[in-house]
Amino acid sequence: MKNVMSNKTVIALYVLPALFLVLFLIYIPMILTGYYGLMKWDGVGEMKFIGLDNYIKLVQDKLFWESTWHSILLGLFSVLSLIGYLIVSLVLASKIKGANIFRKIYIIPMLLSSVAIAQLWIKIFDPMNGLINSFLTSIGVENVPLWLADPEIALYAIFIPIVWQYAGFYIIIIYAALVNVPEELIEAARIDGANAFQIAYKIKVPLISGVLKVLVILAIVGSLKYFDLIYVMTGGGPGHATEVMASYMYKEAFGKYNFGYGSAIGFGLLVISMVATWTIQKLMKTKEDN
Amino acid sequence: MNPNELTTKSTKLTPKTGYTSLLKKIGMVILYLVLIVVALVQLYPLIWLFQLSLKTNQEVFGMSPFALPQDPQWDNYIDAWTTGGINNYFLNSVWYTIVAVILTLILGSFVTFAVTRMEWKLKGFVLALFMAAYMIPLHSTLIPLFNIFNKVNLIDNPLSIIISYTTFNLPITIMILLGFYQSLPREIEEAAVMDGCSVHRIFFQITIPMTAPVLSTTAIINMIYNWNEFVFVNTFISSEKWKTITVGVNNFVGQYLTDWGAIGATLVISILPILLVYLFLSDRIIEGLAAGSVKG
Repeated sequence: MKNVMSNKTVIALYVLPALFLVLFLIYIPMILTGYYGLMKWDGVGEMKFIGLDNYIKLVQDKLFWESTWHSILLGLFSVLSLIGYLIVSLVLASKIKGANIFRKIYIIPMLLSSVAIAQLWIKIFDPMNGLINSFLTSIGVENVPLWLADPEIALYAIFIPIVWQYAGFYIIIIYAALVNVPEELIEAARIDGANAFQIAYKIKVPLISGVLKVLVILAIVGSLKYFDLIYVMTGGGPGHATEVMASYMYKEAFGKYNFGYGSAIGFGLLVISMVATWTIQKLMKTKEDN
Repeated sequence: MNPNELTTKSTKLTPKTGYTSLLKKIGMVILYLVLIVVALVQLYPLIWLFQLSLKTNQEVFGMSPFALPQDPQWDNYIDAWTTGGINNYFLNSVWYTIVAVILTLILGSFVTFAVTRMEWKLKGFVLALFMAAYMIPLHSTLIPLFNIFNKVNLIDNPLSIIISYTTFNLPITIMILLGFYQSLPREIEEAAVMDGCSVHRIFFQITIPMTAPVLSTTAIINMIYNWNEFVFVNTFISSEKWKTITVGVNNFVGQYLTDWGAIGATLVISILPILLVYLFLSDRIIEGLAAGSVKG
């Protein structure tokens, strides 16, 4: 029996095709990004080795750090909005009739492409004919905001469709965790005289802290990689007001044909994502130890 | 605001029953209001999009955006589908999605089977390689990927899209399959080995049928990812004839800037397949979305 299930040819046949794909299309490109960063290259012609020039430029590039900051800001907003999602999930999990239907409605935007969401929200944000400004005008607001066209608020405006898109996803996950909290614990606390708020804060939330931690990591790392919606909605503009790491990289490479510098930005994105993941995991561990 | 409502809801459970039950009812009403408001916020933009897709330009630019379409312009859909070339994008999306989903499921099942059912030294390491690939930001691989596809003449070729979809969905697919395989009893497979069954027969005739439920969950999740994918097509494909609906919609909007009705119709066409699937398989989809995230 051992022989059949440890047949080397079969194992190779089953594992190698997928392994080949993942190595050649994910791991090797990941390493090559760092390598291409050492080149001056327009994407089609010859590469010219220029040492660390691109990376030195990257470290001193104000625009790169600005886009990094925007990515981090989106991550912080996402973590803050987790509080809102937690509250809605707590309400949803408090023996509400129809909780399942609410849950199913909440997740619908998550199923749509970021491109469709971006195009829809461009229309919603339209200063003249959009939903939001028409509503504001109808209740008597005179100087309606320009939303995506105003560099001061564009990044915050973009965060609204991001929340709209992901809220349902976070809510179903928190809700699923809350539903699994043992009923006896809640009952015991209730008998001891704890009110619903105390039960939520002192029993339910600590019991699902594992899931919440995963969601914090997901929110931050996901935000650092954020691209589609921003690229379609504003292209990083106006100016560079909504530029994020991925959009900056994409425009340098596929817009300006600076593939060498674009690769350096891509490698910066990789390093920052890795460091962020590692740091958050560390931070959360120490908190637990205390 | 809600925690306070939660408090009022049940703190005063003790004496005066009439008074507390009234408070409790008010609390319940407020809780439901919160949930209903959230539901409206999530749904209304989509309802509005549907209304927009049935309006004329006069209605869009001359009347309140909250107004219902006066005389539904179904022609907007016909215009988008034929004149706008959405039909071609749509069909491309359909076949790229189907082919990539099938490939991902087959390759993913092979790997999961080999890792959970077969005995070999490096399996832990290989599995870790697949899992860790999930953490790598796609954009950090994009330029070299472009160069690799360019070197093998796969730029502006649907194969580059299908291969990319298959590869980048493998980690999450294996992640979801793995949990199911580990919970599946091995006795049937072991008995088959005793009977002298070949590994291939075990895999195709015993294991694959047993994993049908999780395969369907994984297939739907993959389908949604592929249908909605933007950056690969936008980067690797330049001819109109090979573009998918997600990228095609974006081009369409660029070309028909002022025709909001047609833009609305195009957007509705692009999201309709997913919404229809969701209507029938919402539990599967929710389960799949949740499984893919928290295990990572």
